[in-house]
Amino acid sequence: MKIDRRRFIYLSGASISAALLSACDSEGPDFTRGLIRFAQRQNEKVERALFRHRAIDIGRGRLAGNALPQYYISDTVPIWDESALGKWTLEITGSVRQTLRLTLEDLMKLPAITQRVNHYCVEGWTAATEWTGVRVSHLAKMAGVQPDAEYVDFKSFDSGYHESWDMESAMHPQTLVVFGREGRLLEPGHGAPARIHSPIKLGYKSTKYLTQIVFLPYRTGGYWSDQGYDWYAGT
Amino acid sequence: MEVRKREGNGREEKNNQETDVEKEQTEAIEPSHPDKATAEPGSSHKSSEALMPQNLISRRHHWVVRVTHWVNAFALTIMVASGLRIFNAYPMFARRGETFCCYPFEGTRIPEWLTFGGWLAGARNWHFAMMWLLVLNGLVYLGFIYLHGEWRDLTPRRGDSGDAWEMFKFYLFVRKGHPRQGKHNTLQKLTYFTMPLIGIVAVLTGIAIWKPVQLGFLTNLFGGYVWARYWHFMAMVALVALSLAHVIMVFAVDPYSLLSMITGRYNEKYSPERRNARPFYNLLPSQDSIISEEKEI
Repeated sequence: MKIDRRRFIYLSGASISAALLSACDSEGPDFTRGLIRFAQRQNEKVERALFRHRAIDIGRGRLAGNALPQYYISDTVPIWDESALGKWTLEITGSVRQTLRLTLEDLMKLPAITQRVNHYCVEGWTAATEWTGVRVSHLAKMAGVQPDAEYVDFKSFDSGYHESWDMESAMHPQTLVVFGREGRLLEPGHGAPARIHSPIKLGYKSTKYLTQIVFLPYRTGGYWSDQGYDWYAGT
Repeated sequence: MEVRKREGNGREEKNNQETDVEKEQTEAIEPSHPDKATAEPGSSHKSSEALMPQNLISRRHHWVVRVTHWVNAFALTIMVASGLRIFNAYPMFARRGETFCCYPFEGTRIPEWLTFGGWLAGARNWHFAMMWLLVLNGLVYLGFIYLHGEWRDLTPRRGDSGDAWEMFKFYLFVRKGHPRQGKHNTLQKLTYFTMPLIGIVAVLTGIAIWKPVQLGFLTNLFGGYVWARYWHFMAMVALVALSLAHVIMVFAVDPYSLLSMITGRYNEKYSPERRNARPFYNLLPSQDSIISEEKEI
């Protein structure tokens, strides 16, 4: 009896540690994928339930300045080539009364907001930065978003990078189409001429090198969300 | 000192009377109740026959406690390993453009073999799935020990600090005989009482860095995002340290208790107090150890 118990403990201990060792630094066994996706869907429900338009972020402390990392997926800094592509415009389209096409000058004439907020990166770092831009909700109003629009896709000229959002988060007062940072025009490394920025989503949801805002009745995923990062990614 | 100890054990005796005690052998000698034997100094070990180990099987852990213990061990392991993988994506605490005062290993990655999830997204998905199991399991455990009374075995009492000191002295060979104890010794009690508290801190700081805007009041409570992330990390360090100490002590002092966390039954004849067991000492019950304990008393 005692030997049996001992052997049982040894065997279970050995098999558990073997399973753990083989699982280390992997995404885990295949049968867990469904459970993980299930948890992801439930978490999105929780995050949506927690969402409040009036929850406002304030970036305290020193501005990040040049310490803000420059992320893009292209091999080199994406730069809008006017001679090949013509003048840069931002297109607001999809489920709207009227498609808008705004040049940078048009954009800068609209009522702008300057906000000092945090940038929450999925990697775990934060940075306080001051952004200047126009509320996405303002652009939505201008274009006359139709009631069937539940999602927004923010597209870019950075090798097809895009991320789609839920409508509520896109209409949050701190979700901006940004063209200035810390008192200057946006630099190419940070998404010039214009990008999305919001403290209410993780950084990868804020598309840089913005070209199109598409309002849609269905969701269209995104560059990182399609690879396994959570789609909602609210803060 | 002695008076206070009796006082404490008297209360322990009261609790332990609630739990069933089975005897595999009915014996003519006094210690019919193992805890009673420890509670009344000198009353049980008088005759030399009483020193012969008896099989005294007690029901130590309710099945709810056993299940939640192992679920917790599993969930906590996954949470720690996936958390370390998430940490490796930015293995420091400083905000961009700032420095951080209070972490000596800024920028040092955790060895990959200690991590779980494969990559940042995989680790995050596991972390945000397993957190529900960890929290729900913790609530079941805390709810159960509250309703079922086991919390009395773990909450600190007057005199515990002195008893912990005695236990410490015993482990350092300053004191010869094992201090009297009930279900757990005082150092164990302190550990098992502290771990849920640190767990609560870990959960709250975790929520604070999960939702730093929507639940900004919580994040601010911990001193902002960077500090909340720091305390989340430190709570993990504390939990890992206490868990490692716990596992080492199980094997070094009371390996017999491992079975009790599986079957629920514990043979009091092997209790550390009866064996006069220090870490790696008197792992097997011998009459010598019991006699030397007797002399001490």
